[in-house]
Amino acid sequence: MIVQAFAFYLFAGILILSALMVVSARNPVHSVLFLILAFFNASGLFVMLGAEFLAMILIIVYVGAVAVLFLFVVMMLDVDFASLRKGCMRYVPLGIILGGVLLFELVTLYTYWRTAPGVKFATPTAVNDLTNTEALGMILYTDYVFAFQMAGLILLVAMIGAIVLTLRSRPNVRKQNMLDQHKRQASDVLEIKRVTPRTGV
Amino acid sequence: MDGLIGMEHFLILAAILFTIGVFGIFLNRKNVIVLLMSIELMLLAVNINFVTFSSYLNDLAGQVFAMFILTVAAAEAAIGLAILVAFFRNKGSIDIEDISDLKG
Repeated sequence: MIVQAFAFYLFAGILILSALMVVSARNPVHSVLFLILAFFNASGLFVMLGAEFLAMILIIVYVGAVAVLFLFVVMMLDVDFASLRKGCMRYVPLGIILGGVLLFELVTLYTYWRTAPGVKFATPTAVNDLTNTEALGMILYTDYVFAFQMAGLILLVAMIGAIVLTLRSRPNVRKQNMLDQHKRQASDVLEIKRVTPRTGV
Repeated sequence: MDGLIGMEHFLILAAILFTIGVFGIFLNRKNVIVLLMSIELMLLAVNINFVTFSSYLNDLAGQVFAMFILTVAAAEAAIGLAILVAFFRNKGSIDIEDISDLKG
């Protein structure tokens, strides 16, 4: 029990601290690295909540794909980040006021949140040897199969969209074109001339 | 999920995380990359909410939806960063104020 509380406050504390560092770090590379730390701690919390599959997915998808994508873009773009931070402190008071109001409302809501009287809660399944991954798979491929297919479609559209947006054909770069190479005939490029001796071409 | 750590703990943690994301949008309103990272933080807070309710109310549907949010977040990050790279090639900066030149 005490170990559980310790783990929760450890994960939650590091999560909040690293989230604060994400938004306040001067160097965006540090922001990305703190984002990765935040995702690791969130996946620790997911394990505490019994959602092991989502915890692993969070690490694979977010740390393995999204955060690395961010890191690529931050390092690839030659941006003067110092000039982007100029004048940003002007908006801090407004941000603190708005964030404070939002946090106050959310905390009030969560503290006084009650279920309606007479609501029946779902009981834990009797089969306890079913792991989280198995249970998730059993409803994902049956009840939610349409939404699952749509998620795949969204990923396909995102992939094609990202390629279309970033692909460019540069005219002065020489590339190998297989079709051109195969279509090339000797008669297109070679010409045999009869040259009589001592006259020149 | 048993006893000591109440549901409110996780919910308030998610609320704090969401607020940090909102605050990050105000703090870095010129830098699109950190803006996108703030949005990722907010989505993570929503995911924590979903998983918390799913775990405490014994309903797996919340975890399924958290997975879909993860999918959409990954797609959104990919498209957003692709737009950012395309914009940087044209303008040579990623300032939000330059992006408003695109309209019209």
